[in-house]
Amino acid sequence: MTDDSKFHHGDVKQNAAPIVQMKDIEKHFGNIIALAGVSFDICPGECHCLLGDNGAGKSTFIKTMSGVHQPTHGEILFEGKPLSFATPRDSMEAGIATVFQDLAMIPLMSVSRNFFMGREPTKGRGLTKRFDVAKANDITMTEMRKMGINLRGPDQAVGTLSGGERQTVAIARAVYFGAKVLILDEPTSALGVRQTSNVLATIDKVRSQGVGVVFISHNVRHALAVGDRFTVLNRGKTLGTAKRGEISPEELQDLMAGGQELAQLEGSLEGTV
Amino acid sequence: MSDTTPNPTTDERIKAEPLISRMMKRPELGAIAGVVLVAIFFLISADSAMFTTSGIINFLTPAAQLGILAIGAAMLMIGGEFDLSIGSMVAFAGLFFGICVMVWGLPLIVAIPLTFLFSAFVGAINGVIVIRSGLPSFIVTLAFLFILRGLSLVGLKWASGGSTQLRGVRDATENDWLAPIFSGDAFPGLFAWLAERGLVETFKNGTPKVTGIPVEILWFIVLALVATYILLRTPVGNWIFAAGGDSTAASNSGVPVRKVKVSLFMVTACCAALVAIITVIDAGSTDARRGFQKEFEAIIAAVIGGCLLTGGYGSAIGAFFGSIIFGMVVIGLTYTDFDQDWFQVFLGGMLLIAVLFNNAIRKRVTGER
Repeated sequence: MTDDSKFHHGDVKQNAAPIVQMKDIEKHFGNIIALAGVSFDICPGECHCLLGDNGAGKSTFIKTMSGVHQPTHGEILFEGKPLSFATPRDSMEAGIATVFQDLAMIPLMSVSRNFFMGREPTKGRGLTKRFDVAKANDITMTEMRKMGINLRGPDQAVGTLSGGERQTVAIARAVYFGAKVLILDEPTSALGVRQTSNVLATIDKVRSQGVGVVFISHNVRHALAVGDRFTVLNRGKTLGTAKRGEISPEELQDLMAGGQELAQLEGSLEGTV
Repeated sequence: MSDTTPNPTTDERIKAEPLISRMMKRPELGAIAGVVLVAIFFLISADSAMFTTSGIINFLTPAAQLGILAIGAAMLMIGGEFDLSIGSMVAFAGLFFGICVMVWGLPLIVAIPLTFLFSAFVGAINGVIVIRSGLPSFIVTLAFLFILRGLSLVGLKWASGGSTQLRGVRDATENDWLAPIFSGDAFPGLFAWLAERGLVETFKNGTPKVTGIPVEILWFIVLALVATYILLRTPVGNWIFAAGGDSTAASNSGVPVRKVKVSLFMVTACCAALVAIITVIDAGSTDARRGFQKEFEAIIAAVIGGCLLTGGYGSAIGAFFGSIIFGMVVIGLTYTDFDQDWFQVFLGGMLLIAVLFNNAIRKRVTGER
């Protein structure tokens, strides 16, 4: 399965310095321990997959990484320096962009207005300071073409795009605004086969530009198709990281489910899970 | 949303969109079509006096007073919120303005900014409660509909010594140099000049039948242009659409959603204050029933103008035309043989058609099937 992938995988140098390193992160909500010691790092130009079943703590983990939650315990190093993000804005400015499942896109608004939402280019100053619509449209069209999507026009409403195209707009937007690390929360979970492969191709393009991609998924096939390293999260803990080629889909699947039970289940389903 | 700059490199696989289908996507299309239809209806059924200069000014004046409110309401609706208290706000701002002028004896240059500040403050209270509590703005502003109306009554009785009217504003403001900007007719010289040339209708003694354009019409036009510019050509405009379209998505993208919404409540309240100031100076008195039910009329005008009740879509130009439809119908019926009370039926019908139409347009824009 790992050999027939069509993507040229990221050449992660053995000693490449990670952009973000998360060490032994714990996060408690009252008496609930959502994360109980998670370690994770991401290097430039790689796609690091974070796999886990529902309730494993994936969402809490992403939110900690993107500054929505502050860890109860543990350390986050950004380019080697300890850092704590007070707000999502902080992590965004540092270069960590998160594409959540809702994509932060507004269907009624045009692609170009969505692309620049909250970060509109302006021209003029003082009272004549205005939204530079022409520039916004140009950049949107160029960036979308780079990602392989030809829009009908920059004023096309996002609502008319397919799920995969929307995902691509969200990714293109994050990359355009200088993301060093791109966190993708289940980007393929709601997509069909063709759209999924488009999104995986987009991830590959982004990776080749030197961006570190954190790909969160519970789909082992999608992860193996594009990932360079794989970390499995189970019941709030990381169960270790494996490099591409070191681990089989079955092993990953087992780790995600916590071993035993799924092995039995899989037996009865004759390997279809 | 009107951004249709030609593309240097077009994709050969994509057909050029026909003009009609591009026009169908404009939110104000329905309102413009409505103006045309209503105009045709009255051209056929009404006395020809309706479409003379004085007739047009006759129906544009109530349209303008409503329109100033409707533009505020439209911007707030695009931002995803409602304000049911704007009608009461007209009375309340009128009361405050009346007190400034009559009780405190302030000149307009002080009284007017003070009234705007005060109204913005009341709008901000509305906004902050809505944002902080997360309650629907519908219910919060419904409470203020009654609170402000009640306060206006109580306040007027206090200020006037028992009456629900405060008279004498005209005498107090007549000689104020700022009064012409907020009352009376603009460009009287131009109309007198036109009358001399015989270009406009005159009375027998040579004075023009229309002595000028009522200032509220100018305010109305200027406000519509400014609001459109803000919505379509400034970052703030983009934030308004974003905040109304999906406030979570907008704030995740770094749009200051709370600030935008509270500011919109303040702007809406200031629109109410503008109407209050204009009508109080014009009528020379303020009373507690001023602006009664205007909140509904303003929202109807905004909806006829293409605003979605769910926010994130609409236009100020649409609200502009929606208000003109409104004025035409209210005044136009007096030029016809119809019973004037048909007006409400007409209004309800227009609203229903507009909502159905908007819904269809929204599906078209978003490609929903």
